[in-house]
Amino acid sequence: MSTAENLVSQEYKYGFVTDIESDTIPRGLSEDTVRLIAAKKNEPEWMLEFRLKAYRHWLTMTEPKHWPNLTYPEINYQDMIYYSAPKQKALKASMDEVDPELLKTFEKLGIPLTEQKQLAGVAVDAVFDSVSVATTYKEKLKKHGVIFCSFSEAIREYPDLIRKYLGSVVPTNDNFFAALNSAVFSDGSFCFIPKGVRCPMELSTYFRINNSESGQFERTLIVAEEGSYVSYLEGCTAPKFDKNQLHAAVVELIALDDAQIKYSTVQNWYAGDEEGRGGIYNFVTKRGKCAGRNSKISWTQVETGSAITWKYPSCILLGDNSIGEFYSVALTNHAQQADTGTKMIHLGKNTRSTIISKGIAAGKSNNSYRGLVKVMPKAENSRNYTQCDSMLIGSNSGANTFPYIEVMNNSSAVEHEASTSKISEEQLFYLQQRGISQEDAVSLIINGFCKDVFLQLPMEFAVEAQRLLGMKLEGSVG
Amino acid sequence: MVSQIVKEENQYQAAFRQLQQRTTASDVAWFGRLRESAMDRFEQLGFPSVKEEEWKYTNVAPITKLTFDPALPAIDVDSLATSTELARFGYPEAQTSQLVFVNGALRSNLSSLAGVPAGVVAIDLVEAIADAKYGELIREQLARSADYNANAFTALNTACVSSGAFILIRKGTELESPLHLNFVSDPSAPNSVSFPRVLIISEENSRATVIESYAGTNDAAYFTNAVVEIVLKDGARLEHYKVQRESVEAYHVATTSADLGPNSSYDSTTINFGARLSRHDIHVKMAHEGAECWVDGLYVVSSDQHTDTHSVIDHQQPHCTSHQLYKGILDGKSRAVFNGKIFVRHGAQKTDAMQTNKNLLLSDEARVDTKPQLEILADDVKCAHGAAVGQLEEDELFYLETRGIHPELAKNLLTYGFAEEVIGKIKVDSIREQLDEAVLNRINARLEA
Repeated sequence: MSTAENLVSQEYKYGFVTDIESDTIPRGLSEDTVRLIAAKKNEPEWMLEFRLKAYRHWLTMTEPKHWPNLTYPEINYQDMIYYSAPKQKALKASMDEVDPELLKTFEKLGIPLTEQKQLAGVAVDAVFDSVSVATTYKEKLKKHGVIFCSFSEAIREYPDLIRKYLGSVVPTNDNFFAALNSAVFSDGSFCFIPKGVRCPMELSTYFRINNSESGQFERTLIVAEEGSYVSYLEGCTAPKFDKNQLHAAVVELIALDDAQIKYSTVQNWYAGDEEGRGGIYNFVTKRGKCAGRNSKISWTQVETGSAITWKYPSCILLGDNSIGEFYSVALTNHAQQADTGTKMIHLGKNTRSTIISKGIAAGKSNNSYRGLVKVMPKAENSRNYTQCDSMLIGSNSGANTFPYIEVMNNSSAVEHEASTSKISEEQLFYLQQRGISQEDAVSLIINGFCKDVFLQLPMEFAVEAQRLLGMKLEGSVG
Repeated sequence: MVSQIVKEENQYQAAFRQLQQRTTASDVAWFGRLRESAMDRFEQLGFPSVKEEEWKYTNVAPITKLTFDPALPAIDVDSLATSTELARFGYPEAQTSQLVFVNGALRSNLSSLAGVPAGVVAIDLVEAIADAKYGELIREQLARSADYNANAFTALNTACVSSGAFILIRKGTELESPLHLNFVSDPSAPNSVSFPRVLIISEENSRATVIESYAGTNDAAYFTNAVVEIVLKDGARLEHYKVQRESVEAYHVATTSADLGPNSSYDSTTINFGARLSRHDIHVKMAHEGAECWVDGLYVVSSDQHTDTHSVIDHQQPHCTSHQLYKGILDGKSRAVFNGKIFVRHGAQKTDAMQTNKNLLLSDEARVDTKPQLEILADDVKCAHGAAVGQLEEDELFYLETRGIHPELAKNLLTYGFAEEVIGKIKVDSIREQLDEAVLNRINARLEA
């Protein structure tokens, strides 16, 4: 593989900036900032208390800089804008009232917000910088009893549900970035699937950062009541800036008895240039609680963007017979760094978890899998299977595996396997002598490597993910 | 608690000062300085706490809490251990090639080197330091491989070296019978502590087998803090067996550090049976092309025993191969920790590294924490690791039962077979037999209970 090091990614397609007037608060973070955000959003007193509690705790915490396998310059939390919203009419009763500039932006990103133009069967909540600008198919979903709306609206309309579930999976003091998010989060998506309802369409949130100075702090909360089912998708992009931007989100999932939540992410934040200038710091806390018996939470992620990814979508398997799954493809190129993985905490009896992680490291990037499988004494007859494979492209990249396995009873079985390899020359040669071009051959091999994960994605996303991976490595190997 | 630790350190400091005055080797300036500097480092580091990642699962508080009296070799006190009593710790294959250490100090009257060929030097480490023939060589190698800056226990051992073994296997020498380093703790006073220290240098194209064993004469609580350094030159081959059968009340903390030369081969097997708390750090550095190593082990623990293995296999140069198989059998309320790191550095192409850790939990209260890690910075390599925690296979049990074998016996057979994968590779018959017996005894004791 003589030209293997010849890594050139295609231009980042989503790197444009939308010229839109925005309502931006001054830089810096203090209790006043937290109060200002709450005031901007007209939030009730209990919400402000939640924020302040988180903020006061955050002040006592230190950034987790030592244990992750990541290096980055000090983040100045005072040199950041914590709230930036595109200026538009106060209340948007229908799509017609959304700023056409915003609609155009999302259209350009391939996410048309006008329902006629949309892929049938996917409802979208579009988040632009700090606020949700539009949510589609709300009415149709309402007929089935499904609540799908922006977080701000949920706080206004469904305060009881929010008070009950907010922070119940990721408490405000969980970790440094979760605490920061709890203090300053500006919007996000809320979705609630009532008892026995199978959500009639895929729900999705599309995150877009536009302002070069602002961080994005959003929250997603999904509650699936007894016997319900929902499939949720998440996508993200940002313009190209030389400065790093912080994205610190929190996602909480709650599955009650017999409920199922499938959460898929295709993350394509701007990753910085070849030298590692600019790009998003993606420091995200995602956690699901299988609270009920026979519940199931499944995480699927395709991580291709971000300068730095720090993300561990986890499952707390509390209910007996509950199931947790984690399927991940993490691709890093150039100077990107990823430290990602999962935690499976087995608490209930007969709980099962599966972890499939595929890491691809090219250029001078660094890709780490970090995972914890913990089987508590009472989690009898639990099972875990973990497989993490890494593929290295070029001799300057790094692939690491840090699995923690803690087993505290003797009726459970835990298996972990990991391997590291490269694209074999035999495979390439075989495909090429069959008349397949070198580039297609590489793409074929990589897609094959990731197949176990892509199979878990909803169809539209799977196509998108394969295309994305091919694009990222285009002209790169071979 | 804090004051407790400080007091403890002071106690070690006092012993250290005493030692500096007493041993003749302190006259060798560099050695005195080395110990001083290691003691300084120990004072800076203090005993590790569970807040440190490397000690996350092992709490050494019992060691820091107990008032250990350093079992420094008092020259005039002849211990109770007689050669007949010691016989049970020896191996017939090494009858004429063994060094016996009581509480860390070499006892030449109990040792025998009649069967060791001329190309082998096996003498007291501290005497060798004072000897002009070996002084420079030891200065070059001692405390180089086992870095005392990062590990408080290694620092403490380095500061307190007062005896131990220096083994030099000269160019091309081949040892037929294994060389046995027999460390016996005879805690005449309760809570004694010993600091075994070994430096093995295998010169070019030499071949040898070294057995390192630890045992106690009674069930008292004592603390063994050992450091073994191994240097393999070009083409050298070394088989190394470490058999740890300390008393069930003992604490055993050891570091093994091996530097592999070009095309050398290091085959290590570590057996952990004894001690209330044992911790073994094994570090293999492959800084030259063509080296190959096997870093295998077996831990069998029950009741409230705790065993911890931290291994690092560091591939620094291309074309090196490493194999690792660690297996564990846990019963009672015992705990086992396995932390295995494989590093493949930039440029270490064509590395082939394989690591496996398997644990068998026989009781509901046993606990395993395993953490196999890969850190790979080269692309043309073959690396894999696997870890498993579980029970005996239902299918296998069923098969044996259909053949008319009693379920309990079937379990024993399978447990024994699980351990056999590691024990079976041991080439010294008497060790293998001893371990077979020990495993069977453990299993039978379970059957009777």
